Amino acid sequence: MQVNPWALVSVTLVVVVTFYLGHRTSRFARSTHDFLVARRTVRSRRNAAAIAGEYISAASFLGIAGLVLKEGADALWFPIGFTAGFLALMLFVAGPLRRSGAYTLPDFMEARLSSPVLRTASTWFVVFIGVLYLLPQLQGAGLALTMIMPTPAWVGSVLVTVVIAYNVMGGGMRAITLLQAFQYWFKLFAIAAPTFVLCAVFVAGGAGAPGSAGSLDEPAPPNFAAHTTVTVDTDVTLGVDTLTRVRVDDGSGGAGWTTWHAGSQHTVDAGSELTFPEGAAVPTVDQATSANLDWLLPSTDLSGLLSTYSLLLALLLGTMGLPHVLSRFYTNPDGKAARRTTVQVLLLLGLFYLFPVMLGMLSRMFVPELLITGETDAAVIALPTAMLSGVAGQILAALLAAGAFAAFLSTASGLVSSMSGVIATDLLAGKVRDYRVASVGVAGIAVLLAVTLPIDDLALSVGMSFALGASTFAPLLVLGVWWRRLTWLGAMVGMCTGGGLVLLAVVLNAVSAHTGGWAPWLLERPALVTVPVAFGLTVLVSIGTSSRVPEDVGAVMLRLHAPDPLGFMRDRAVQRFGRAEEHTRTSQGRHRK
Amino acid sequence: MGDPTDPPDPAGRPGGIREPDPTLGKPAKPFAPEPFVQGPSQQPQQPRSSRGPSHAAASHSASRASDQRNPEPRASEPRQPRIRRQRVVLAEPSRSSTSLRARVELEQQTSWGELLIKDLVKVQLRTAVLLGLLVLVVLCAIPAVFYAVPAAAELRLAGIPLPWLLLAVAPFPLMFGVGLWYNRLAERREQDFVNMIEN
Repeated sequence: MQVNPWALVSVTLVVVVTFYLGHRTSRFARSTHDFLVARRTVRSRRNAAAIAGEYISAASFLGIAGLVLKEGADALWFPIGFTAGFLALMLFVAGPLRRSGAYTLPDFMEARLSSPVLRTASTWFVVFIGVLYLLPQLQGAGLALTMIMPTPAWVGSVLVTVVIAYNVMGGGMRAITLLQAFQYWFKLFAIAAPTFVLCAVFVAGGAGAPGSAGSLDEPAPPNFAAHTTVTVDTDVTLGVDTLTRVRVDDGSGGAGWTTWHAGSQHTVDAGSELTFPEGAAVPTVDQATSANLDWLLPSTDLSGLLSTYSLLLALLLGTMGLPHVLSRFYTNPDGKAARRTTVQVLLLLGLFYLFPVMLGMLSRMFVPELLITGETDAAVIALPTAMLSGVAGQILAALLAAGAFAAFLSTASGLVSSMSGVIATDLLAGKVRDYRVASVGVAGIAVLLAVTLPIDDLALSVGMSFALGASTFAPLLVLGVWWRRLTWLGAMVGMCTGGGLVLLAVVLNAVSAHTGGWAPWLLERPALVTVPVAFGLTVLVSIGTSSRVPEDVGAVMLRLHAPDPLGFMRDRAVQRFGRAEEHTRTSQGRHRK
Repeated sequence: MGDPTDPPDPAGRPGGIREPDPTLGKPAKPFAPEPFVQGPSQQPQQPRSSRGPSHAAASHSASRASDQRNPEPRASEPRQPRIRRQRVVLAEPSRSSTSLRARVELEQQTSWGELLIKDLVKVQLRTAVLLGLLVLVVLCAIPAVFYAVPAAAELRLAGIPLPWLLLAVAPFPLMFGVGLWYNRLAERREQDFVNMIEN
């Protein structure tokens, strides 16, 4: 581990700029309206950039390339699902959600179904999903920082937490809007520029250039291009497909060259050093796809097909269940702007996701040793220095590391802000001071959990919170917006059952990971079962309790669906917290529509 | 506000609805000038209209613009106590009584008003479901084809394996295009609905 001074500089710059922008925009934030919904004055273009900036988390920036490195073509479903989620959001939720005039997700539930009990229950689900999503961000920050400087992992987590807690505390939604919009464009640059350079290097050098591990078309696993030494940090089981010479040094002094036979499994203890000669095939951690041909082609067995569908369903509906994404839609001036925002998000995300996939393909050729340690999330940052020696590689790595930090910062700030909004208005009194208390509390608890819990694959644990969102809030939102006969009891049963099933799957998964990995694919990707169950139960129980359909359903549907120019929209935040004072925005020339 | 010697400013008096403000250019008097200028009085108050703020903002910015446009006469005049700027809330432009009736029926959720909204919901939902299904079927067909015909996965287009082209590039323009399409349809529907209500 050598320190990359460029990366230190770029990450520091990102943190400082984030801090400064947040500090600057915080000055305009005074009332609850600023903190919760940025006064509902964010135009669609900025809001789209902010949503994309918030949505491109560590899982997208680092995780997708890592998954492509490990699983190949099957991992391409992640970016598709991440983007398709916004299409579903736009088709079924965005406009009506904004027109409901709600200021948090629980508030929407109460506006639609007038049930305080449901409101409280959804408050807890929001907090739970938020924390589940926040943990990998903070842990990823720690991981990324250890890659550029020799620090313990908790330093990065704490650093990110302090910066976002300060920003959210200072200005809430108002402060982080500009921040997230800026961070989207920065992230796009930080991943696009290195990708172009590295692809140019790759094309110029050809597939067999020094440093590369051979063409991806070969049926064999990737090979080491040079005499390579890998240090294993945790106990792993490695598998090899071909006869492989290896020197294992487990620190006890008895190091020597051995031969691993084809198809055999070997357990390597933490702290061991493995040395491979030039041209040796790269062994892989048990689950990774070892042979290049399998990697290049999508899986063609039935469970692979079903698990792909399950993942797609979770991502498709899970996006609309993520509280931090929804809370950005409340900041648009009206329903039409919310819809336009979503169209632009589709464009921005589609543009971004081209790049991590390409980096993942390159990393399969140039940093295959990550398959041994299993730290595939590090692929993006490790790739430039492996392909380009000298300062050029270091600068590209620095840019990518800075982009990764922007991803942690923007996603985490969105999560903390939406959770603080929910906690401040539902569990506390909803004043600005409560919001600040809530944001400090949430950030503190999250960083404690992030430091103490073990680190998992970024994209996978994020996938779990998508499944949770898809099985809890998605049925409520879709049915709530379009189906008049929904009752709060039906919503409650559907939400709790769907959420409970996903949690059961999480627990069983954890148990299985410690007792031999017997869990089938369905436990890893439970959405294919839990989402239909949640939808079905919601509908059935609602029909069974049809006497409880709220009396004002007609008026609510009118408000959700009547076009904006008719002016039926009512701002629930104004109803509860009073009108925000007008003079700040008019006197400072910041009145925007 | 402007000066009495100014020509009438069309931006400040849209549609000629309101009379010139009698307090214009005069020194502030102890009695408060009428702050709100009402429109034609046969227009009842829209009970749930959210148009008020936006109109207020528009007139506000218009008055500011006219203020900046002719600063000279004000500067040449003898110094007068500055008149406090008033916010003028304009009434809605007059509408035909049928449009009013439609709005009230919507508002009251009479059987006809409810029917109108139900129709709108139905047609919007149908568009959303159809477009959603289109994308879903295309996306779900990709792995199904590779499952049914494994040989298809080994095809190449310009040296790039077909699965990578289909999965890494193609879905994004498709989704963006469908998004654009839906946005256009939905906005047109809403505009039609507004036109129907207002005429």
